[in-house]
Amino acid sequence: MNTMLSINNLHASVQGKAILNGIDLQVNPGEVHAIMGPNGSGKSTLANVLAGRDSYEVTRGEVLYNGENLLDWSVEQRACEGIFLAFQYPVEIPGVSNIYLMKAAVNARRKYRGMPEMPAVEFLKLIREKIKVVDMKEEFLHRSVNEGFSGGEKKRNEILQMAVIEPTLAILDETDSGLDIDALKIVADGVNSLRSEDRAFIVVTHYQRLLDYIVPDFVHVLAGGRIVKSGGKDLALELEKAGYGWIEIAPVAEAADA
Amino acid sequence: MSTTTPQIESLVRREYKEGFVTDIDADTLPPGLGEDVIRAISAKKEEPEFMLEWRLAAYRNWLTMKSPNWAHVDYPPIDFQKISYFSAPKTDGPKSLDEVDPKLLETYEKLGIPLEEQKALAGVAVDAVFDSVSVKTTFRDSLAKAGVIFCSISEAMQDHPELVREYLGSVVPTGDNFYAGLNSAVFSDGSFVYIPKGVRCPMELSTYFRINALNTGQFERTLIIADEGSYVSYLEGCTAPMRDENQLHAAVVELVAMKDAEIKYSTVQNWYPGDEHGRGGIYNFVTKRGACRGDNAKISWTQVETGSAITWKYPSVLLEGNGSVGEFYSVALTRNMQQADTGTKMIHIGKNTRSTIVSKGISAGRGQNAYRGLVKVLKAADNTRNYSQCDSLLIGDRCGAHTYPYMEVRNHTAQVEHEATTSKISEDQLFYCKQRGLSEEDAISMIVNGFCKEVFKELPMEFAVEAQKLLEISLEGAVG
Repeated sequence: MNTMLSINNLHASVQGKAILNGIDLQVNPGEVHAIMGPNGSGKSTLANVLAGRDSYEVTRGEVLYNGENLLDWSVEQRACEGIFLAFQYPVEIPGVSNIYLMKAAVNARRKYRGMPEMPAVEFLKLIREKIKVVDMKEEFLHRSVNEGFSGGEKKRNEILQMAVIEPTLAILDETDSGLDIDALKIVADGVNSLRSEDRAFIVVTHYQRLLDYIVPDFVHVLAGGRIVKSGGKDLALELEKAGYGWIEIAPVAEAADA
Repeated sequence: MSTTTPQIESLVRREYKEGFVTDIDADTLPPGLGEDVIRAISAKKEEPEFMLEWRLAAYRNWLTMKSPNWAHVDYPPIDFQKISYFSAPKTDGPKSLDEVDPKLLETYEKLGIPLEEQKALAGVAVDAVFDSVSVKTTFRDSLAKAGVIFCSISEAMQDHPELVREYLGSVVPTGDNFYAGLNSAVFSDGSFVYIPKGVRCPMELSTYFRINALNTGQFERTLIIADEGSYVSYLEGCTAPMRDENQLHAAVVELVAMKDAEIKYSTVQNWYPGDEHGRGGIYNFVTKRGACRGDNAKISWTQVETGSAITWKYPSVLLEGNGSVGEFYSVALTRNMQQADTGTKMIHIGKNTRSTIVSKGISAGRGQNAYRGLVKVLKAADNTRNYSQCDSLLIGDRCGAHTYPYMEVRNHTAQVEHEATTSKISEDQLFYCKQRGLSEEDAISMIVNGFCKEVFKELPMEFAVEAQKLLEISLEGAVG
């Protein structure tokens, strides 16, 4: 099997401050990787660096995506190549309907691949099917993107977009934060329905709770900008019991200020 | 964050596609202003005597007036002796299409306004004004069957002098303001519309203004009268060649809505805005005002202003009839060195009158955008309501947005509401859209369109699409 994502010795900083201090991670198609760790450990930074956010500077290392140098690509090229980021804080866009944004997103990808725009009828059919995945009403489609949405609605909307866009590599940045148990289940169901052998997920989370519903193949613990421990799904349970304290003091003393 | 600001700013630079010049023989008065010039204009248009007198009186009054300086715009003094006040292509008067110079037909074709009726946008009649004259008005015969008069104002002065005499200057008096005074003295052409009692105008009416000649001012004069219980939707569009000199477009538009009549007036203004250094461009100094003369009359202004070096206009409504309604929906975009000082005046005179103001200002580059609006409620105007909303969107960090709302309320039963917001296109919004695969250009134009949605939905369908495209083009740039 070819590795989809290969992160090698990745260092990154934000406004001159080093946040990632040598990440190594291999992700294969079909796998679900959970990234856990205490606040400030660099989880969200990793997600944003992969998506290509401007204010994050890669200082060392490389990221290969299907063998190509991901870091050379613009944000939109990464998106069109199949990388999707479900935002921790989804952004409001007043006056732009949800359905309009999704249609623009679908067509941007098609254009990138040299395909014509998706016919309106076909798109409507697609979206009606996908909206069931996240248990949302159709009126949701015509509201402005994330404007006046509750926290749970915003997160479900990210999953809806993901379902419509059908990415190759989906990165979920603390999608579970602020969700009640019902919303959490809906989000997890949405993700599970998209699991397939040629798609991979990186699920960034602070809590083990989400992993009861999205069962990962691998769990990685991030501390001080490094992966300090990797294991199977049981590692998450271990963390839940023992907390992060035992990890922070262990092998990364030099990065403990993170 | 400022890292992407230069990119955003390069996005708002673009070519002005309508900037070509039509090479055509013209009959142009030499630059200069005086009573002889006014007599010459009036003679060229073969006007009735009362019009000449009206113009001369306006001129004599204008000589006593001073150029206004209260607007938030900055420009060197205009030398009115250096402007030519009349220029007409040498194919005088609107005749049948065969007699119109092919160069003119080509010009309008290039601008996307075919003057052949069979090629025209279905359901839209067009009056094409080129410099100082109307060159063609389409669908006149079909409109005449419904009793609707749609022609150039020059023709109206000859064919319907009684209507012109009664209504011209009845909403904007000749001494109203400096530029309205100048316009009254030297105005050349524009459209005239009369909708008889109880008639719903069967087509959208539109006028397309084109400035072509060098050093020539365009002094548009438009008069629309909607008699009792009638309805009309009217749209104007405007473009001009790219020239290094500033040119003056000083228009006066008057609307009269009688009892139960409704006038919907939409503008898509795309005059040449000048280059990125602020060289050239049109000075768009315009007085637009409508009067709801009868009860339950309604006047609605919708404007999309993307062009002109300087825009200075306040489409207003005098709410005289009881229960009458005034609306103002505006999108004004300034980029490069453009300046706009625009807004509205809603004057509540009758009882139970209502007005709505929705203004969306977008500033990019070093553009300056000011909203200036007055809501005035007179003593006898019981139970009036006004709602005003002024939103400003900033793109980049060298532009400016300013809001000057004025309220004068003399009746305690009035309800007047004002809301204002200023926002920037955030890096977060751009990153979000780009992460969904959109290019920066597409993302900006989507966000801007969303910002303008409440105004665009007021435009007639065909023009909403045009306005959206215009905005997209205006934000188009070299990136990508």
